[in-house]
Amino acid sequence: MAVETPLKGNIGDSIRRKEDDRFIRGRGNYLDDIMLPGMLHMAIHRSPFAHARIKSINTEAASAVPGVIAVVTGALLAQHKLAWMPTLSGDTQAVLVTDKVRFQGQEVACVIATDPYVARDAAALIEVDYEVLPAVVSPQNALKPGAPLIRDEKEGQTNNHIYHWEAGDKAKTDEAFSKADRVVKLDTFYPRCHPSPLETCGIVADINSATGHATLYMTSQAPHAHRTLFAIVAGLPEQNIRIISPDIGGGFGNKVPIYPGYVVATAASLLIGKPVKWVEDRSENLISTGFARDFHMSGEMALSNEGRMLGLRVKLLSDNGAFYADAQPTKFKAGLFHIVTGSYDVAAAHVEADGAYTNKAPGGVAYRCSFRVTEASYLIERLVENAAIEMKMDPADIRLKNFIQPDQFPYKSATGFEYDSGNYPKAMQVALDKLGYQELRKEQAEKRKKGELMGIGVASFTEVVGAGPGKQYDIAGLRMFDSAELRVHPTGKAILKLGVKSQGQGHETTFAQIVTEELGIPAADVEVQEGDTDNTPYGLGTYASRSTPVGGAATAMVSRKLREKAKKIAAHLLEASEADIEFDHGKFFVRGSPSKSKTIQDVAFAAYTNLPDGMEAGLEGVTYYDPPNMTYPFGTYLVVVDIDRGTGQVKVRRMVAVDDCGVRINPMVVEGQIHGGLTEGFGIAFMQLITFDEEGNCLGSNFTDYLLPTAWETPRFEMGETVTPSPHHPIGAKGVGESATVGSPAAFVNAVIDAVGHLGITNIDMPVTSDKVWEALNKVGAAE
Amino acid sequence: MGHSITVTVNGEKKTAEVEPRLLLVHFLREKLRLTGTHIGCDTTHCGACTVLVEGTPVKSCTMLAVQADGQQVTTVEALAAGGTLHPIQAAFKQEHGLQCGFCTPGMMLTSIALLQEKPDPTEDDIRWALSGNICRCTGYMNIVKAVKSAAVQMKTAAATPEAATAAARS
Repeated sequence: MAVETPLKGNIGDSIRRKEDDRFIRGRGNYLDDIMLPGMLHMAIHRSPFAHARIKSINTEAASAVPGVIAVVTGALLAQHKLAWMPTLSGDTQAVLVTDKVRFQGQEVACVIATDPYVARDAAALIEVDYEVLPAVVSPQNALKPGAPLIRDEKEGQTNNHIYHWEAGDKAKTDEAFSKADRVVKLDTFYPRCHPSPLETCGIVADINSATGHATLYMTSQAPHAHRTLFAIVAGLPEQNIRIISPDIGGGFGNKVPIYPGYVVATAASLLIGKPVKWVEDRSENLISTGFARDFHMSGEMALSNEGRMLGLRVKLLSDNGAFYADAQPTKFKAGLFHIVTGSYDVAAAHVEADGAYTNKAPGGVAYRCSFRVTEASYLIERLVENAAIEMKMDPADIRLKNFIQPDQFPYKSATGFEYDSGNYPKAMQVALDKLGYQELRKEQAEKRKKGELMGIGVASFTEVVGAGPGKQYDIAGLRMFDSAELRVHPTGKAILKLGVKSQGQGHETTFAQIVTEELGIPAADVEVQEGDTDNTPYGLGTYASRSTPVGGAATAMVSRKLREKAKKIAAHLLEASEADIEFDHGKFFVRGSPSKSKTIQDVAFAAYTNLPDGMEAGLEGVTYYDPPNMTYPFGTYLVVVDIDRGTGQVKVRRMVAVDDCGVRINPMVVEGQIHGGLTEGFGIAFMQLITFDEEGNCLGSNFTDYLLPTAWETPRFEMGETVTPSPHHPIGAKGVGESATVGSPAAFVNAVIDAVGHLGITNIDMPVTSDKVWEALNKVGAAE
Repeated sequence: MGHSITVTVNGEKKTAEVEPRLLLVHFLREKLRLTGTHIGCDTTHCGACTVLVEGTPVKSCTMLAVQADGQQVTTVEALAAGGTLHPIQAAFKQEHGLQCGFCTPGMMLTSIALLQEKPDPTEDDIRWALSGNICRCTGYMNIVKAVKSAAVQMKTAAATPEAATAAARS
């Protein structure tokens, strides 16, 4: 029997994940697993109203409950100048209310107690006298003259308008439209949804009153940035703050912002002198922490009679909730939405965006998405679908006709992006072949004759991920570089420390593989550490698919730095000139005589025991990597659906996903990322909805109302790939964690529209539920 | 106030004074420090807190600790007793059936109960059995693969003497 050689973990090896060993044994260490001696527990009293002035707060009954240590109100925080905090978009957000509540579920007061049950009991006993104000729950109403002013505390704020932002060339776009043969329009609403990682957000704040050292265990996707913000907000010396982000049970953007609960728990630990734990329950997570989307989009596409896209015009209205707290680079008010020309060569484009305050939870996080790329991808792909219907063209053909061609890269888009690389026609062809597209079109035609509804949805997305470059992209002023520190010990085993932070993506395995590829140390011998600000180099964190593009690049570069030093040591050991030393997968040898060689392990030992004269000891280094450009992953997704005319039920029969994320470090992990993203895209397209009634009550505050896909309804996915390396990334990788959530919602919805477009139905907004489909069919007399 | 309960957790008898309202999941996590059982939703939807009570998967966030008095409870910590992974654990790793790991203990315990009832489940059987356990990372594809693979392993193992030990453990 042949013995399989275990994989060393080079790039392209689907080695099994190192982190799994603790997770499958129940030995992960998540935030809520942390229990410190003397630890107290915090519970939050939240507003039942969306908009109400606080007349008084009575905390007497709460304070009297045995076990209650303190009740914290906005008034108390105000004494310490902590009642308000800055948001990631340069706005302010109330930590605890001092004047009026601005969304249902807003943090009003906190109870600190010896037991979590007692804390909750007491929080329920806090009495608040409210004067209820009219709530504004849509951005359209918020911007009407005379609408109730939500941010009346902000100096100079006289209405609910937050920002106006434009990208592209208006004059050139107007000209393109004036010359167009046809204009296709689509008004669509990308509704509010919530990332809902399975683990909610939380903190254990432990401030040592003797030393002033603050250890904050936090569910943080960006511990270093959070430390700096804590230093600025709370006025704590940064060297005394240590943020530890332990194992994270999924993030998807939800764990990027700083939430009021973190601030209050930290302040409470500082004032009381004991550790304080706060962990959200699911309702708190859904009603108060970072939601996503809530974008009203109006798109127009100018086309020639032949189906060539000449121009694109988009107007956006975003519902930002009560505080403008989008997590995004500061220069871009609507994130990177202006990637909206997508995979197509469109000469002129113009985007206008406005944001409005409403009496809804703040957030606007990029839910498994690089700052509004999801909304952009959805709009362009839905517009192309509708253009195909209007022009009676095949949706694949109209795309092929308009794709940016492989020889056009690097491609400068009409809104200012420089796409690094791509081969869109190839990815589409692989997808069409895998699906058997032409055969299915024939089947569809046959079914249509019989009155049966079947649709084939196409979406060919292009993302922009991996921010920086730091010059253009920063969060709260912090440039979006990232870092890697690598130390090779005398026995040839290494520790890699990163500024990014996994939430399940498998960094402990895949980043070790980059070291394996570059230095030849087996992945099993490379320990990856993240998430502890005292022990990892500064970085901006993991979101917007930036870990591999930025942190991965830093890892490759620091490995190469060490390789250069190792080469010098190898030359010394081999008594040869450095110029004659070659390196191949962990071995240094003299050119022309490969038998005379030293392994990286030999060299590592020598770095501590037998150095050339004058050389510094050790084999370690750190790299801060500022990417020259972002990366542009892409792909084509195809979905086949059958629709029941009697119920409106949409059954996803097949889904083919062809992704090109450049070089794949660990194909198994990449496919896993895509599976998960497709499932979230499926959920967003068909199920996941956070909405509000007219009074601002959140409808979607638990998993009974906010539906997430289970194994039962989730489709089976068929995967395909093409590989177009990024020309500027050291190992050619582009990032993949979010592609599928970005690209798939349009594929699902386009499949539905493809099934019913011939009946005159050209739009159904997400989530595409049975009742909405049936109603649309009924309106055109096609329901049964 | 307190009720004295005795619960056999992972084969060991545990006696404690608990408040009648204490949830089983908190009893396991806070009192016994068995933190492999997670809390994801509070409303019995997500299944992160699934444990086996007398061999049946139960969402421990919706059961009181006092209701477990006198019963046998199995948590994820018991699966690799003696240091050898249970076939379901090995399969979850081998098939990449987990990412963040938060749903994994519940998924594995539900799967074990399924495989005891149906040693040779179809894909639909697996998906239906796991439909009370939510995973936000994997899209379930590889979880289903893992359960299928564990089924094969457990059947093969059942034909060997060591099998008895593995089966007894679960």
